[in-house]
Amino acid sequence: MSVRGPVLTLVGVAAVFEARAVTKRFGATRALESVSFDVKPGELVGLLGPNGAGKSTLVKIGCGLVHATSGEAVIGGHPAGQTAARKLIGYLAELFRYPGWLSADEVLALHQRLAASGGGPSERAELLDLVGLAEVATRRVSNMSKGMQQRLGLAQALIGEPKLLLLDEPTSALDPAGRRAVRAILESLRDRGLGVLLNSHLLSEIELVCDRVIILQHGRVIAQGAPDDLLVARGVEIETRSGLKTWPDARRDDVPGLVADLVSKGEDVFAVRILRPSLEDFYLEAVEGEVG
Amino acid sequence: MIATIWAIARSTFVEAARRKIFLIVPIVTFAFLVLYALGVIFAFHFSRGQISQENNTFVDAKAFAGATLVGLSMFATLFLGTVLGVFLTFASVRGDAEQGLLQPPVVRPIGRASVLLGRFVGAVIVSGGYVVFLYTVSVVITGTVGGWWPSQPVAPAVALVGAIVVMIALSILGSVFMATIANGVAVLMLYGAGLLAGLLGQIGYGLSSESLQTVGKIATWALPFEAAYQAGLNSLTSGTTGLTRVIVRLGPLGGAEAGGYKLILWVIAYTILVGAATLWAFERRDL
Repeated sequence: MSVRGPVLTLVGVAAVFEARAVTKRFGATRALESVSFDVKPGELVGLLGPNGAGKSTLVKIGCGLVHATSGEAVIGGHPAGQTAARKLIGYLAELFRYPGWLSADEVLALHQRLAASGGGPSERAELLDLVGLAEVATRRVSNMSKGMQQRLGLAQALIGEPKLLLLDEPTSALDPAGRRAVRAILESLRDRGLGVLLNSHLLSEIELVCDRVIILQHGRVIAQGAPDDLLVARGVEIETRSGLKTWPDARRDDVPGLVADLVSKGEDVFAVRILRPSLEDFYLEAVEGEVG
Repeated sequence: MIATIWAIARSTFVEAARRKIFLIVPIVTFAFLVLYALGVIFAFHFSRGQISQENNTFVDAKAFAGATLVGLSMFATLFLGTVLGVFLTFASVRGDAEQGLLQPPVVRPIGRASVLLGRFVGAVIVSGGYVVFLYTVSVVITGTVGGWWPSQPVAPAVALVGAIVVMIALSILGSVFMATIANGVAVLMLYGAGLLAGLLGQIGYGLSSESLQTVGKIATWALPFEAAYQAGLNSLTSGTTGLTRVIVRLGPLGGAEAGGYKLILWVIAYTILVGAATLWAFERRDL
């Protein structure tokens, strides 16, 4: 995994999204318990957790669709739900659906009017092209596949040049090629300075694209950090002419010394692998440890 | 705010024009108007031959037939307009939220009030326009074929639109609390209950029954769409006198009763109150 630069450059930058001790209860059910974290401009944050962990509720609180029981979510300095906050966000719901009687272009035109976007036809054409729907701009939503509708949802979320994207399972209906395309889009948006809060069950996707990961369990944050920080190396494996050698306690910084030592002893070194868990391993350990 | 309300209202127009379920509306309307025209032709042929030439000392047969037929048309028009308005709005909040249709516009920087007002305005224009069209065509058919025109041709149309406005407001209110089908059933049951209570009230006047009159008054206040409908019927024949007036005042499927400015004010106030209650509940609802 490559080292991600943007995280290192965000210190001191005002957050575009802040959850401040957000708590939400639905009757006797505790959906979120004092959740706090932030998303900075140009940062892509992944929200992970098992079903019912409170991920979608948190995203909806950010959008103003759900009211927090206590605490608050703040968008660009404005309380979530206020008009000033909504001007800054683009949202793609987990359960996405758009009027089947409108065409893709008409859906975007409607949202341009609602967002008071002056982008006009050029903005719509650009966004449809970005998500690969330029050829079906006049096709009605009811005649689109689920994957196409989800890509339309992403285009809709980008209307009006938002500063923060709140994406709830944005690739759940996409094939692998579609997921790769969306990852590329998200990375380009991050490079343009957008903050992105991405809620997904696809751990490999989160691992590939996110600067920071937050794991929720039973409405609480049980782990958070950059993937490189969370996925600490668990040994080094070196392939030599005499066979595979393993140093279970070694870290990345130990690799030059280990290789130099082997070479000085006359070993031929063919490959070096730093052993570290996948995000899936880490996630399962974190969640199961919490359960235990 | 007006621009956003209009944007959502326009979406309702497109929905009404394109959704397959609404294809039934022009078909039913055409069938109704054809049957109505046939009914008018037969009724006036009968009345000219059997009543007006011999017994018009007591009853103005032309007014009786015309008012009865247009009154029947108004009943059907109110029903069809209500069904159209309810179908356009009965899923406005909970139904659309459960399908995921509501969240994208609500997240936009327009406020939840604009979303509701847009749905309301769109439904009122579509359904109100529909009832005005249907009423107007019915009146023209009656006048052309039978030579009878309402005493106040505009007032019944206004009354019908008022009734539709009330039903749409109730439908949107119900949509905040109930799922789509439950809300549709509830609103149409309210519609039936309102008409029945109004009819009972008129019978109460005829029989001098205070209990039935009380039922009628309560229905008028609780569901003013029924009073608006009665006021519309009354406006049809406000120019008639004598026995004809007594007979046509009973009206078809509900009596005719003058409304006056108090009714107009109450319909407006009622709609505002229902709208305020809807918005209050909608603002607090998690989506």
